[in-house]
Amino acid sequence: MTVEQIPSLLYSPIEDDLRSSVRSVLADHASWQSVLALTESVATVDQTLWRVLADEVGVTGLAIAEEHGGAGASWRETAVVLEELGRAVAPVPFLGSSVFSTALLLGLRVDDLLESVASGTRVAAVVVSAAQQVPRAHRSAILVGDSASAHVPGVLDALTADILLIPTAAGDIVAVEASDPGVRITPVVSLDMTRQLADIRVDGASARLLGRGTAASSALSTAWTITAALLASEQLGVAEWCLEAGVGYLKERRQFGQLIGSYQALQHRCADLWVEIAQARAVARYAAACAAEGSGDLEIAAALAQSVCSEVAVSAAEICVQLHGGIGFTWEFPAHLYLKRAKSAALVLGAADGHRARLGGLIDLTPADAPGSAHPAEEPS
Amino acid sequence: MSASPPLDGGSLAALTDAFLATHTPGSMDDLEFLRARFDAGLAVVSQPAGLGGLGASAELQEQVDLAFANAGSPDNRSAYNIIGLGMAAPTLLRFGTSAQQQRWLRPLWTGENIWCQLFSEPGAGSDLASVATSAVRTEAGWVINGQKVWTSLAHEASFALLLARTDPDAPKHRGMSYFVVDMFSPGVDVRPLRQVTGETEFNEVFLTDVLVPEENRLDEVGNGWKVATGTLMNERMALGAATPPREGGPIGSLTDLWRTRPDLRRPALHDRVLRLWVQAESLRLMAARLRQQQLAGQPGPEGSGAKLAYAQLAQETSSLELDLLGDEGLRYDDWTARRPEIGDLGDRTAGFRYLRAKGNSIEGGTSEVMRNIIAERVLGLPPGPRPDRDTPWKELPR
Repeated sequence: MTVEQIPSLLYSPIEDDLRSSVRSVLADHASWQSVLALTESVATVDQTLWRVLADEVGVTGLAIAEEHGGAGASWRETAVVLEELGRAVAPVPFLGSSVFSTALLLGLRVDDLLESVASGTRVAAVVVSAAQQVPRAHRSAILVGDSASAHVPGVLDALTADILLIPTAAGDIVAVEASDPGVRITPVVSLDMTRQLADIRVDGASARLLGRGTAASSALSTAWTITAALLASEQLGVAEWCLEAGVGYLKERRQFGQLIGSYQALQHRCADLWVEIAQARAVARYAAACAAEGSGDLEIAAALAQSVCSEVAVSAAEICVQLHGGIGFTWEFPAHLYLKRAKSAALVLGAADGHRARLGGLIDLTPADAPGSAHPAEEPS
Repeated sequence: MSASPPLDGGSLAALTDAFLATHTPGSMDDLEFLRARFDAGLAVVSQPAGLGGLGASAELQEQVDLAFANAGSPDNRSAYNIIGLGMAAPTLLRFGTSAQQQRWLRPLWTGENIWCQLFSEPGAGSDLASVATSAVRTEAGWVINGQKVWTSLAHEASFALLLARTDPDAPKHRGMSYFVVDMFSPGVDVRPLRQVTGETEFNEVFLTDVLVPEENRLDEVGNGWKVATGTLMNERMALGAATPPREGGPIGSLTDLWRTRPDLRRPALHDRVLRLWVQAESLRLMAARLRQQQLAGQPGPEGSGAKLAYAQLAQETSSLELDLLGDEGLRYDDWTARRPEIGDLGDRTAGFRYLRAKGNSIEGGTSEVMRNIIAERVLGLPPGPRPDRDTPWKELPR
């Protein structure tokens, strides 16, 4: 294996500034109380916040060149936005539209749609089930002439989508306007209501062909990998919030006459989690850098980042609930929002075991019974 | 303090070239060459002029070392003198008098003097501040009595860093002083200590009426804890100079085994191998990030976390290697009580690595102590109750 040059895993001053801007917008628009209230309302996506992020902060097209309506930055900066969105469990379709759909449109070179999605004026969703382990079209998705049909359950960030990007079973990718009379988008009662899923039914809607054959499948695969790489940063943000909240509580809660944060049993859980988060930060930054550079190591970096960050975010959220004791179990405290986001995000794009299995193929650590790995047994020397 | 600007890489390269033009490795005595390099300030360039350096940035060390290595410069036994170079030298630079620095730093760097560290005791492990080895002031100097343990390289060392109790009436952190001990002094008895691997990597050191002259004391009487903390800081900061390649370290043995011995593969072990690969790679990237932070002048506290994670990884990796080996894992290569060769870990069996890794979560601060440090110093959690803090040392239960 070659010794690769490790890109910068630090945050640049520009990224620090970007983080502050996004954080301050989220502080104004996405307090946990308002996020919680929104999860119980009819429209669970925060359209106002989305407009502010798109128009005022301009983060919906960071990775897109300015001539295509973007900000001319990269996936690295996009990853910093995701960290902040994760910290706030913000209910906006950033991952599905500004990452997954944007990466797909970028790969397919569909400039007009890319421009409207990058500027945030229109929201797009890739119509695949959110938790599937590989980037694959739903078998019901077909294109007949210029008319598409698809019945796809559990699609990410599709509730407010204007454009549906549908990979078809035949290997094409088509775009359908969500306003087409043949389209029905049904909200799903989701484990994570801060990122509510939707069931999509498309019956004979007017479709525009965006790509076909290997060009389409490779664009889908790359977009999926970039999304996996960047989701890790959102999971990092979730984990950081959970550790900070837990530690904060340990510094104020007294039992047996002392601050419970002085008990080693609790201190050591926090210390272990802190180490795990430090590793999660390194792999998330590495994955974002690989996505930004189009590195040959991107697939490995993405699978690594998902293997690590999915589990770290879930672990952080679970510990956060436990450290808060009874209060952590109530609806009126935000820990449950983070737990639900962490667990759901761990399943989105496939669970950690799937990413590890994928990784095994990429680094030549194949399973015991894999046909390709049946080298003749060597005698021990 | 001179007002001249710090050296840049270019002028340092020129100085190196000029030195190598007049000093040819191999054509002169190795020791004389090393001494001359030290005197030219090209040993540790970040150290002050006159003390082996030129007050340059530490980042420039790598290029100087590379230039000397390419010229075939002799080795200063750096692998052996890890405690001297890594811990004693920074301690002397920070706390030593000018005379002490002049006396010890040059033979330390050239490898003439190997150093060791007399800190831990049978009764003072994690609680190092409870050391009981006494130093009593007499007209002839300080008289040392006590027992130290887990002393690497004591059998090779010319000098030792010693933490001893000078005031048993003071609370424990305030009653210690710090000395440099000549290991050839009468009353110093080094005995090999055999460990779980069968080897004798460490020593016990018995100190009986050892006389240490006044000029060997570092910093003020009673300031021993402050100096020792400074020394240990260097231990925990000691990261390798460069990021190892992917699959460098213990994970490499496991992945090699998995790839080359399909006959050993069992379905249930596959995901465990992958988990350890993921753990190793994320730790490698975390260490790389830590180095990048240090180079950017924003050192992070991740060092203690890296030590903790590395110990766990080394232990789990070698354990899984044994699981994978089955019959072969039941064999051990050598139980002979012998001094290990520095850096021969890779040649030993998985069984040896499994046993040696058990020390990783104990030596240099146990994993539990590392967690305490992270909890209190990084996360700012309130310290646990410490009834011993303000009690005179001699009244503490032992």
